[in-house]
Amino acid sequence: MANNDIQADEELDITDKVCPNTFVKAKVVIEELDEGQILAIRMNDGEPVQNVPRSLKDDGHKILQINDNQDGTYTVYVEKVGD
Amino acid sequence: MALTDKQIERYSRHIILKEIGVKGQKKLLNAKVLIIGAGGLGSPAALYLAAAGVGTIGIADADVVDLSNLQRQVIHTTANIGKAKVESAKEAMEAINPDVKVNVYQTFVDSTNIRELIREYDFILDGTDNFPAKFLVNDACVMEKKPFSHAGIIRFKGQLMTYVPGQGPCYRCVFKNPPPADAVPTCKQAGVVGAMGGVIGSLQAMEAIKYITGVGELLTGYLLTYDAIKQEFHKVKLPSNTHSCAVCGDNPTITELVDYAQPTCELKQKH
Repeated sequence: MANNDIQADEELDITDKVCPNTFVKAKVVIEELDEGQILAIRMNDGEPVQNVPRSLKDDGHKILQINDNQDGTYTVYVEKVGD
Repeated sequence: MALTDKQIERYSRHIILKEIGVKGQKKLLNAKVLIIGAGGLGSPAALYLAAAGVGTIGIADADVVDLSNLQRQVIHTTANIGKAKVESAKEAMEAINPDVKVNVYQTFVDSTNIRELIREYDFILDGTDNFPAKFLVNDACVMEKKPFSHAGIIRFKGQLMTYVPGQGPCYRCVFKNPPPADAVPTCKQAGVVGAMGGVIGSLQAMEAIKYITGVGELLTGYLLTYDAIKQEFHKVKLPSNTHSCAVCGDNPTITELVDYAQPTCELKQKH
């Protein structure tokens, strides 16, 4: 994985959430952002990292980078597309 | 206004949907829907709209809950027999969802009160059980420029259509005038399968939700019919020329509301 060289506008931790509330929480936060702003989402390995980035992509947003934090969590950088 | 954590959880299945999301849910929470009739159609519609988080729901009905209602009017309970239907419905909706403000109108909706009643709402659901009322709801909605969902059920059959001002025909464009009294039986006389209200009333709730959130295509310019015996739906395209309609046409001849005579019901008179 690439190093963290992306400046996020907003950070979100969904490691305490389970499916589907992981995506729901991410979606609630990203809807509040302006187009082009970047959200960094920390999530657990497994189901969250398999599903949340894909769901965000399905909603039209752009996944910029996924960093492995080496502690069983990942940080997904997503750019908001659309208003 | 941001959604609370409880709201995010309650409406999570809406929020997940690309077409609805937080924005659509907020539209629902800010919306005002009036349901005319807390009966077979109004019951499931009211339950689904309350569950969906429609912020203000008005419900109008003059009747009290009767034992013979309970076979299809699923918002009411045996314990509420004798209670005003609007109060019974309010209880059920508030129990489902405290986010919903329920306005009750325990009154017969007629030509003197309907325009004022519908004025403050964004969308109207016609859940009435007779032709005079259906024409009254239509004409009032045309005059007040309000979108509404028409529906009717009898025996194993149901139908619905949606009127949006300027976007297609109204109920009167299609059906002109109420049929002569006694030409068509009411559902009291003819019977109706309870689940018919569930099918058609839920479709009405869906029309309201789609209108509020701006998702997809409505039944404007179409009549959807359902035949439960054959288990068939038909979506019938309606004539698009509304110019000659007596109420929504270019030169309307109906400019005041009229109360057609209500068909008398033999069963009701025996009470």
